[in-house]
Amino acid sequence: MFGLQADWSHEVFERYFTIGDYAGGEARWCPGCGDHGILTTVQKVLRDAQIPPEQTVAVSGIGCSSRMPHYLGTYGFHGLHGRALPLACGIKSRRPDLDVWVATGDGDCFSIGTAHWIHAIRYNMDMTVMVFDNEVYGLTKAQTSPTSPLGFHTNTHPEGAILAPHNPMAVTLGITNASFVAQVVDWNPPLLLDTLKAAHAHKGTSFVRIIQRCPVYAKPLAEQLQNDPSRLLLLHHEHGIPVNQSAARLFPNHLEHDPSNLSAARDLVSDPSLLPIGLLYYNPDAPRYEDLSSQGADMTPETKLDALNAALDRFTI
Amino acid sequence: MNNRSMTKSTAPMELQEHIVEIVSDSGEGAQKAGQTFGALSARMGNGVWTVEIIPAEIKPPTRSPAGASGIRIRLGSHSISNMGDEADLVVAFNEQVLFSRIANGAYKEGTIVFLEDKWLSDSAPEIVNQYQQAVTEFRANGLIVHELPIEEACLKVTPNPRLGKNMFVLGMLCRIYSRDLQLAKTEISEIFKRKGEKVIGINHRLLDAGYDFARENLDFYYQIPPRSEQGQEAERFIVTNGNTALGLGVMASGMEMVAMYPITPATSASHYLADVFHQVGGFVHQAEDEIAAVGFAIGASYAGKTACTITSGPGLALKTEMLALAVMAEIPLVVCLVQRGGPSTGLPTKVEQGDLLASLFGEPGDAPKVVLAAATIEECLHYVILARRIAETFRTPVILLTDANLATGVQPYPRPEPSADWLAAPIDQSEWDETIPPYNWDEQTGLSPRPIPGMAKGQYVLTGLAHTDASKVAYDSSSNERGCRMRSRKLAALAATLKPPKINGDDQGDLLIVGWGSTLGAIEEAVDKVRAEGHKVSSLHLRFLAPMEPGLKSIFSRFKKVMTIEINYSDTPGDPYINDDTRRYAQLAWLLRAHTLVDVDCKSVVHGHPLQPGMIQRVLLQHLEQLEGEV
Repeated sequence: MFGLQADWSHEVFERYFTIGDYAGGEARWCPGCGDHGILTTVQKVLRDAQIPPEQTVAVSGIGCSSRMPHYLGTYGFHGLHGRALPLACGIKSRRPDLDVWVATGDGDCFSIGTAHWIHAIRYNMDMTVMVFDNEVYGLTKAQTSPTSPLGFHTNTHPEGAILAPHNPMAVTLGITNASFVAQVVDWNPPLLLDTLKAAHAHKGTSFVRIIQRCPVYAKPLAEQLQNDPSRLLLLHHEHGIPVNQSAARLFPNHLEHDPSNLSAARDLVSDPSLLPIGLLYYNPDAPRYEDLSSQGADMTPETKLDALNAALDRFTI
Repeated sequence: MNNRSMTKSTAPMELQEHIVEIVSDSGEGAQKAGQTFGALSARMGNGVWTVEIIPAEIKPPTRSPAGASGIRIRLGSHSISNMGDEADLVVAFNEQVLFSRIANGAYKEGTIVFLEDKWLSDSAPEIVNQYQQAVTEFRANGLIVHELPIEEACLKVTPNPRLGKNMFVLGMLCRIYSRDLQLAKTEISEIFKRKGEKVIGINHRLLDAGYDFARENLDFYYQIPPRSEQGQEAERFIVTNGNTALGLGVMASGMEMVAMYPITPATSASHYLADVFHQVGGFVHQAEDEIAAVGFAIGASYAGKTACTITSGPGLALKTEMLALAVMAEIPLVVCLVQRGGPSTGLPTKVEQGDLLASLFGEPGDAPKVVLAAATIEECLHYVILARRIAETFRTPVILLTDANLATGVQPYPRPEPSADWLAAPIDQSEWDETIPPYNWDEQTGLSPRPIPGMAKGQYVLTGLAHTDASKVAYDSSSNERGCRMRSRKLAALAATLKPPKINGDDQGDLLIVGWGSTLGAIEEAVDKVRAEGHKVSSLHLRFLAPMEPGLKSIFSRFKKVMTIEINYSDTPGDPYINDDTRRYAQLAWLLRAHTLVDVDCKSVVHGHPLQPGMIQRVLLQHLEQLEGEV
């Protein structure tokens, strides 16, 4: 503990990481769950970026989505319900060298963790935040979530959900200092990969809402979108998510959208009949909180000691 | 009394100690004047304790008992450890604020009151009337009232006496207590250095004017010689309040991060840190709420950095689930808890020791953690260093309890000589031995080393779910039992390193008083006085509450009676329905009864101000009388 040298340095080896290096325990999600595909995609992004597994931390809250760290071969922090973001921000605050991912869900992020979601976007720390939004509570077996559609039958609302759903994208785009806001579906693997790659490459909080299939408790919700993709609107732009032609064929509706145009993004998400897919907003220049919070992290004990003595001298009589 | 007829006295009266108060409406600078007077007295070698008198509201009406704002300074020729009993000398800016102090028992027959007399010539007849009635009442109660034209005298120096009166009063006190005027000016220059030379000049002139005014108008002044205790010359002293001491402790302990949310009375520690923390490479994070604050600190600590959070009771309540996570996942964490009156929003600015049991048992499930309590302002500094050391060695959260009395009290104490060891990083990032699981519990002690992100081959997933030593989620009974046992074992292992508490007085006798936290000074002063009268009373003061310091049962067995004295609620025997079956004890008494099976009694109060030695003396004598009657 004490007395160990603080100016440690990494030994750098020539290492090449394969998908297997990012594999953790066997995933225990239901067959057909969208989470499997998200997990594989994250592993591919890490492999392609060749991030050492020990430099990566996957942080999560509680829920089906939040089991993800257990299935990765990186460091993981399976935290508390709703609290993944403060934990992730704390990790990043003095360790900007770490590659931080957050796996959260619609209940975790948009309900119990609402305060942290709003503020984490404002902090804009460099991390990839994935909201696995299946519009239902799965782990606790079919309760209404903040994004469940009006009338959706659950165990807490057997007669159907009585409130209209939250509009999380409208909220996110309303938060000061948002820097990367995207939406994607889990059932289009190439598009999911390109989206998470772009999110991971962005320096700042990349907020990605992933519309995700729950084949057990919300099967009809994703099926509707899969069978009739007319609600989905694929966004194109040279600064947006690159669109692979084969993936694009699955979307009947396309729109050219400049992701630097915040008010256009807000207009797009304000229409509840549409689900825009792609990069809604992007600002690479938004300030990052870790640039402030990590200042002084490299100060030597000797410099600190001098400053501490000066602080004590201020009160010396 | 005609003040102007007083003649100038030539020789000071020598005193061993005195208690001074300055009381005013809020915003009149009484606290600044008193703090400066206290610091000045400490610099001149006196023992000093100051305590703020804080109004209950942010903007109370002027000239109202509820608006009493000010400060008490107790100074002496020996070290002073508490606020003492009744004041000897009071300066009041109006007569109404004195009523609340009188109601609090702050004054006695013979207390000298210097009262601003401008109200006597106020244009509003009801104010003149109130003033006259009050002065008559004060005198009838034995207060020695000197009516003084303080504002009138200030007007000769500044057109705005409301802003300068406090420095005039400081000048008066400098004369009355034979303070070094030049040293006072140096203090004032330091206080106003950001406001420029002009402001400093006006305040210096007010100080001089107050000094001359007291010399010309009062026929007495005092001398309180410096402390003569051993080793005073050799040691350097610093003088701070408890929250600044906490801030200094955070820096001296090598913390890199304080994550906090504003809460009275804890926030001023973070204010101090916000000013200076960057100089030692640290950062104050003001989080969106109490939960995020502790989560942020836990995240930083998990990542191998040193972090703490500073809060008060309602904040602790919100942090409960995160604390349980830190216990379950064995994440080092220091929580500084500056207690205030509770429950709920309670008495935000007032002292109480009501969070002891919540600190130990606040979390659902079994969540053993270390709980320490600072008993002095000096300990507020040193115990952060101790808390960090324990948190990392035992891989556990540590709650450090202080309270509003320590937070705002000011006292001189030896200047620590920091060592670079205190500031060392907790852990380096050498490669982890992959054959060692992330919770490689030592079966004897429950201790284990921890991997942190960045260490190659150390990858694991931390979880708040029940887990094996490999940090794998496990729902089987033996894994759960083992985890609980290992986490609990750490407290026993820490207890094995502790010494039995020191007893103040004989190690046997009729009555043993047990205390914890900020009441140390008042309890020991009372016990010492009662012992000097020949009674067999001793006291001990606990710093470790979890684990408990060893040897208590054996110490208790050598006294006829053991009781705690605390600032928290307990039922009074003899009250309706209160009997042996129903009585709820003070918090430390609950713990000691469970811990030792000794029939520990208690006396506790929730009157919102620090314990005073006179009240404790009365309690001791009352209990001793009963015990001495028994043969």
